[in-house]
Amino acid sequence: MEVAAAKAIGAGIACLGMGGAGIGLGTIFGNYLAGALRNPSAADGQFGRLIFGFAVTEALGIFSLLVALLLLFT
Amino acid sequence: MSNDPIHQFHITKLIPIDIGGYDFSFTNSAAFMVATVVATSAFLFLTTSSRGLVPGRLQSLSEMSYEFVASMLRDAAGSHGMRFFPFVFSLFMFVLVANLLGLFPYFFTVTAQIIVTFALAALVIGTVLVYGFMKHGFGFLKLFVPSGVPAVLVPLVVLIEVISFVSRPVSLSVRLFANMLAGHITLKVFAGFVASLSALGAVGIAGSILPLAMTVAITALEILVAFLQAYVFAVLTCMYLNDALHPGH
Repeated sequence: MEVAAAKAIGAGIACLGMGGAGIGLGTIFGNYLAGALRNPSAADGQFGRLIFGFAVTEALGIFSLLVALLLLFT
Repeated sequence: MSNDPIHQFHITKLIPIDIGGYDFSFTNSAAFMVATVVATSAFLFLTTSSRGLVPGRLQSLSEMSYEFVASMLRDAAGSHGMRFFPFVFSLFMFVLVANLLGLFPYFFTVTAQIIVTFALAALVIGTVLVYGFMKHGFGFLKLFVPSGVPAVLVPLVVLIEVISFVSRPVSLSVRLFANMLAGHITLKVFAGFVASLSALGAVGIAGSILPLAMTVAITALEILVAFLQAYVFAVLTCMYLNDALHPGH
């Protein structure tokens, strides 16, 4: 198989990892929303942790995007 | 080659300097690091020099950034941690301003270079190690033995804790680097769609509105990410410093 074709396939497979980040972000925001609707007065105090969890989880999706981009462009 | 999305991260030598076979050239990366430091210092110095009792907009912005980092550090590491405030505040402001400066067109993004973020992370972990051993001696190693673990499990838990500690500088640096790199490449790729679509004629120009709108939306997301990653970097630094201050949990 040609190297360029293998790189393109590898980049596509690497992007599957972003699905995991999507599941994680959905869990974070869904649980935050569920908790916030149960106890709206406590919701604002946890916003910082929400954003922190978002950034840390999103970074893992970014890693797989990075692998895909490195395969494509280097 | 200006259509290459990686091209924006190329380092060029502005003033070539060569001392004893080593390359000490003043590069565009160094220039933007200097610009970041100058911009941060000038902003903080000029906005607080009036020392108004009732702060204006800019003065309250710099006071808010001070209070933001101070409360972050106090929450994570307690009042003992405040001795590291200048360190954490400099790190936070450097990363934030470098991220935001990189968003301007044709500007170089310092934090999209793995060596820069790794140097920052190594500085953090080095501070944690040196201060931890200075303050607690070998008691600092209690960090790797959480209290309340059954004796049978201790070797396994210590192994896991050591691996987690060793991977900290890697994850800390790669997180910031990868976010910045991927964000800027995504921006460039979508901007490239605008150019290549509008070369197709009238239909292409009408269709290129979509990637243009996407570019605007991604720019907004990147401003959020620029702030968030600086915040995450500072919060994790606070947590690691807390380990150096209180190793026994």
